[in-house]
Amino acid sequence: MKEHLKKYSLFMLIVVIDLILRWRVPTAGSTAVSSSIDYLVEMLLFIPPVFVLVGLLDVWVPRKIVEKHVGPDSGAKGVVISILVATAAAGPLYAGFPVADALLKKGCRLANAVIFLGTWATIKIPMLMMEIKFMGPSFALTRLILTVPAVIIIGYLVEKIVGSGKRLKQGKMKRC
Amino acid sequence: MFNVILFTLTLAALIYSFIKDRQKTRQALKIAYNSFRNILPSMLGIIGLIGLMLALVPKETIEGLFGNNSPAGILIISAVGSVTLIPAFIAFPLAASLLQAGASIMAVSIFITTLLMVGVLTAPMEIQYFGKKFTILRNVFSLAAALGIAVIMGVALQ
Repeated sequence: MKEHLKKYSLFMLIVVIDLILRWRVPTAGSTAVSSSIDYLVEMLLFIPPVFVLVGLLDVWVPRKIVEKHVGPDSGAKGVVISILVATAAAGPLYAGFPVADALLKKGCRLANAVIFLGTWATIKIPMLMMEIKFMGPSFALTRLILTVPAVIIIGYLVEKIVGSGKRLKQGKMKRC
Repeated sequence: MFNVILFTLTLAALIYSFIKDRQKTRQALKIAYNSFRNILPSMLGIIGLIGLMLALVPKETIEGLFGNNSPAGILIISAVGSVTLIPAFIAFPLAASLLQAGASIMAVSIFITTLLMVGVLTAPMEIQYFGKKFTILRNVFSLAAALGIAVIMGVALQ
């Protein structure tokens, strides 16, 4: 219970500030509350289906598919599959670390693992919907179009400098 | 309109999934519920902060800091994006409110991209998995890419 309350501490603090504002500076107070409520309504209308999509993608696109298809001989097909799976998976950047690690251990090329991480972090279908909704389609799509080549270039640059033949901390590098 | 398409799409996917496999569908809903519950406290907090920011910080201040693509503003916003761990679901409304408050496309773009691709707080974890060289290179290159993307977006979407 205490843990639970702690999580809401920021929110409760803001409610208190809002109340004080409303009392001392009514105009600012009501602007703060009404813009918060506007955003809240927008989020609540929008977030439940997004999370249901995240859940569905998570159960139907198991990480095993990546691992099965990105072995040493998979080549370009492996990159495409890992990018596609990364766009469907749920979770922030750090949730992708163990998956990329598994890819490397399976003998996947270093560049592909970096590309996978970049895709995992930036290009997610539910997140893209969110971005289109809040930032507008031209912002979201331009960012997407620019991010894809950037992620691929970063992958090859990191591989070139770290060296694909060298050992990382774990696992042995092989070309795939 | 957007919401209608989203709801229809989700409902169709849900029904299809339920017909195919009840167990998996139940699990998916459980994941959805848990993610929602996890994000709710920070979502409410950030939404409250957005409201306070829009009410208390004068538009001129945000415009002055993040509206004119000044090096200082870009430096501050990329540092914030690199260090903080804000879930993407909350980051987009936050970015939209910054834009509404007078920040430039470039500043908002760099905030989103660094937030997603650069992880200072998660770097120790990344080092454990992939080593120091890998982590530093990936993050530095991602920061550079975020800057480049932001500059192009700032020019293209003016």
